[in-house]
Formats: sequence, structure tokens, C-alpha cells
Amino acid sequence: MSEILRLSQVSRHFGGLQALREVTIAVNKGEVLGLIGPNGAGKTTLVNTVCGVTPASSGAIIFDGHDITGLKTYQTARKGLSRTFQIVQPFADFSALDNVAAAALFSQSGNSLGAAREQAHAHLDFVGLGAQANQSAATLTLAMRKRLELAKALAMKPKLLFLDEVNAGLNSAEVERATRLIHQLAADGITIVMIEHLMKVVLNVCTRIAVLHNGQLIADGQPRDVIRNSSVVDAYLGQQYAQRNAARG
Amino acid sequence: MTRTNVALLVLIAGVAALPLFGGAYALRLGTIACMYAVLALSWNIVGGLAGYPSFATAAFFGFGAYATGVLLGKGAPLAVSVMFSLIASFILAAALGAVLLRLRGHYFAIASLSLVEVLRELVNNATDLTGGGMGLNIPLASGSGILADAMFFFYAMWGLLLATALVVIAVMGSKLGFGLACIRQNENASNMIGLNANLYKSIAFGLSACFVGAAGGVYAAWVHYIDPSDVFDILYSVKPIVMALMGGLGSPFGVVCGAFLYLGLEELVWRNYIQIHSGVLGVLIVMLLLFLPHGLTSLRARMFWGRARHV
Repeated sequence: MSEILRLSQVSRHFGGLQALREVTIAVNKGEVLGLIGPNGAGKTTLVNTVCGVTPASSGAIIFDGHDITGLKTYQTARKGLSRTFQIVQPFADFSALDNVAAAALFSQSGNSLGAAREQAHAHLDFVGLGAQANQSAATLTLAMRKRLELAKALAMKPKLLFLDEVNAGLNSAEVERATRLIHQLAADGITIVMIEHLMKVVLNVCTRIAVLHNGQLIADGQPRDVIRNSSVVDAYLGQQYAQRNAARG
Repeated sequence: MTRTNVALLVLIAGVAALPLFGGAYALRLGTIACMYAVLALSWNIVGGLAGYPSFATAAFFGFGAYATGVLLGKGAPLAVSVMFSLIASFILAAALGAVLLRLRGHYFAIASLSLVEVLRELVNNATDLTGGGMGLNIPLASGSGILADAMFFFYAMWGLLLATALVVIAVMGSKLGFGLACIRQNENASNMIGLNANLYKSIAFGLSACFVGAAGGVYAAWVHYIDPSDVFDILYSVKPIVMALMGGLGSPFGVVCGAFLYLGLEELVWRNYIQIHSGVLGVLIVMLLLFLPHGLTSLRARMFWGRARHV
């Protein structure tokens, strides 16, 4: 498998707070990488750093053969990096359709608004929001807005998709639906890096897991190995989870 | 083209017929009406569409007035001078915007306000070029009589209004207008979908300045004498905002209606309550904004279509 993203020794600090410490990790084409860790571990900072929202303090980031260290957010977006936000960020006055059309319009050059709206319909149908296309984004439920985020990210035709807690705040039926969508995306060959707290979803979807703790990468490997890793259990999963897991075999 | 844009063009076309109905006074009022509408429409690009509350209108008005005034003094024709003011204002604003528009909300408002003071001081101190605090006398453009002059400047300002309206309509229907709407709603998300927000904002700021600069130029040629405290008057920054709010933020038709309404109120109040006119005008504006927070256009929508507005 070939690499699509490589972070080498990437650090980021906010004043005295070291949010990322020399993180070195590679993401392979077509895989679904789960990024887990306790709150404040630096998961979202990692995504923000790759996307150029908070540039790396040091280190290098290579995406699809290009050095993207220090590129601005809109530049990384046009190179094929897209993401959903943990806290949904819709264009509230726009209809769901225009939200997605905006993503299709600005991420690729030479797209007209009409063509973008047409593409947007397809993406809304895919995430199951076809019926809400003309509804204003502000009036959608949280679950729908999360799916709208996903449709926006997909409209950018991403090579790599970051999903930042797409399941947070959803009920179990909604989580199941979101999980099915992620499976479908993975089957379509989109490389996915997902930040997720629900271990059930992580183990169900991810082909590989990386664990961040205090800004450091403490484990990276096959899901079944990582969840047995003692430092991961200590830092994040807890003994109870490990025992339950062991009992289940 | 949407219905309100057609209404805007019809309204502007209607204004062009003004000389048929009145003498010099009506022409003077009509010229100011067109000028106010240009300022308000221009402010609406950066303030209404992109959501950046700019107080820099007076800066570019004064800049345009002085640029045209100085060029006219050196013997350049009026059309060339105004065109130069327009282009120079665009470039100046876009360049300044690239820096200033990194600030948001109140911070941007204050920074744009300081622009007026900076330019005023520059003009005050460049005595050799601008005459400094003594002001600048501008040679008469023609000399074919008072009424003919008044007619000429009315149509010059009207032409500028038409050009501004056409550009605004074009912007709103374009990728630029769509992008500005995205920026107004959520700038972080705009960047995230590949929109170069800084570039878009700078272009918007440039567009919001260029017709203001040209209007300043026509104004200077019209009144023949300008001084810094006149053309860099902070009221030129505040009035367009009030007009836009009165008419309906974001809607070009509403904004132009707001400009005309404002001028009507200003004139009416000034004529009837000369001693307390600014006080009365202030109270009227506060009342209007209190009872009609979304401007005249919301009134129309509510009355005729009963549509609720989500803001």
C-alpha cells in the first residue's frame, strides 16, 4: 500500500502547552485509521495542523507527494484534504443544497454554481438528506447537520477525509446509520482518518488504530493489538474495558 | 435576474426622470440622492454581503475627492480624473483590505475608522499637493450656466449609481457573491472548503471603495471647493451604514430605498426643525431601527407575502 499522508516529527505548541510532540505517523491509501485518545490528547490539533488551521511549530507534513507544511487551510482543501468538524459548522442561512454546493464550487477550480448544485444533490442523496435539500441548514437536527458536514466534505472530492467525532451527540440508531455511511465511503476507496470515542464504532470500522496521549503517539497498529497494549489501557481505555474485552475473547 | 434587482433598476431609471419635474433645487437633491445611494450600495458589498462592518467609506470618499481635485487642478479632463480615482481607490482599498480584513467584528470596525483619520492627516499635511487645511479650489468644469452644470453633475452621479448597481447585481449573481455570503455566515468553514477568504474579502473591500472614490471625485468637481474636514467627514462613513440598516441589510434594492428615505428624512427634518434637526433625525432613525430592525424590505415581505424571515 502506498502512503498518502506522512507526518514527520510534527510538533505544535500553544504558548507553554505542548499539544503535539514530535508525532511521526503515516496514513496509507485506502485505509480507515482510527485516532483515539483521552480528551485533550491532541487529536483535533493533529487534524488542524495537517489542514493548516494551526500550522505546525516544527516538523514536516507530506500529502500525496507534496510538502504541505505551512500551507493555508484553503490550499490544503484544494489539494484534496477535507474534514468534518466536531462542532458542526454549517452556513446557517443557506439551504442544505447550497451548503454542499459551496463545498463543490470552491474546492475545485472551473466549477460553475449550476454544476456545483447538481453535484450537491447527489451528495445529499448519498447521506440521506435528499428530502431536506431546500431546507435551511439552521433548521436541521444535529444528526442531519452532522450528515450535512459529511456531504460537504464529500463534495470536495477528497483524497483524504478527516472525520472529527461524527458520532458525538447521536443516538444509537443514528450512530448505526453514520457507521454504515463510513463503511460505504471506505468501500468507495476514500482514505479516512477518524477521531472517535465510541470504541464499538472504532473496532467496527477501522483497519488500524493510532493512540495519542498528551500530544504523543503511544501506540499505532492493528486494532486487536492496540486495545491490548498496556499503555493504551492505562492512558485511555481503562482496566475495566480491558477485562471486559479479555472476557469476550 | 431576481424580482428585487429588476425593482432596483426600475427605481434608478425612475430617478433619471427627475430633471423633468424640477429646477435647480430638485437637481441638487437628486445629485445627493444618487451619491448617497452609491455610498450605501458600496458599503453593502463589504458590510452587507461579506459581513464586515466598515467605517472606511469616508476615507475613500475623501481620497477620491482629492485625487480628482488634484488632477483637475493639473488640467486633466474630468472623465479621466474620476476614472483614475475609481481605479486608485480599488487598488488602495484592496491592498489595505488584505491587511485590515484579518481583523474581525469590532476590531475591524475600529481599524477601518482609523483609516479615515490617517488619510485626513496625510491630506492635511501634504500642503504642497492638497492645500492642506486651507482646502483645494477646483477649476470649473464647464461654465455653460448654473442649470446646465447642475444637470451635468446630476447625470454624472446618476451614471455612477447605475454602474454601481450593475456591478453589485453582477457580484451577487457570481461566484464572488456566493463566496462572500459563505464568509459572512462562517469564515472558518469557508476556508475549510477551499475558499480563499482573504482574497475574496480584499476584492469586496476594493469594490466597496472604488465607486465611493469615484463619487468623491464627482462631488469635488461639483462643489468646486473641498477641504479635509468636509470630504473626510466621519458622517460619510456612518450615513451609508444607517441607510443600509434602514433599507434592509444585504438587499441592494432595500439599501437604495434606505438611502432615498434617509435623504428625505434629512431634508424634511432640516427644513422644519432647523435648530434641532440632528436631534430629531437621530430620534427618527432610532425609532425606525427599533420597530423595523430588518429594514424596509422586511416590511414589504411581511405585508405582501407573509413570509417569516430567519436571521
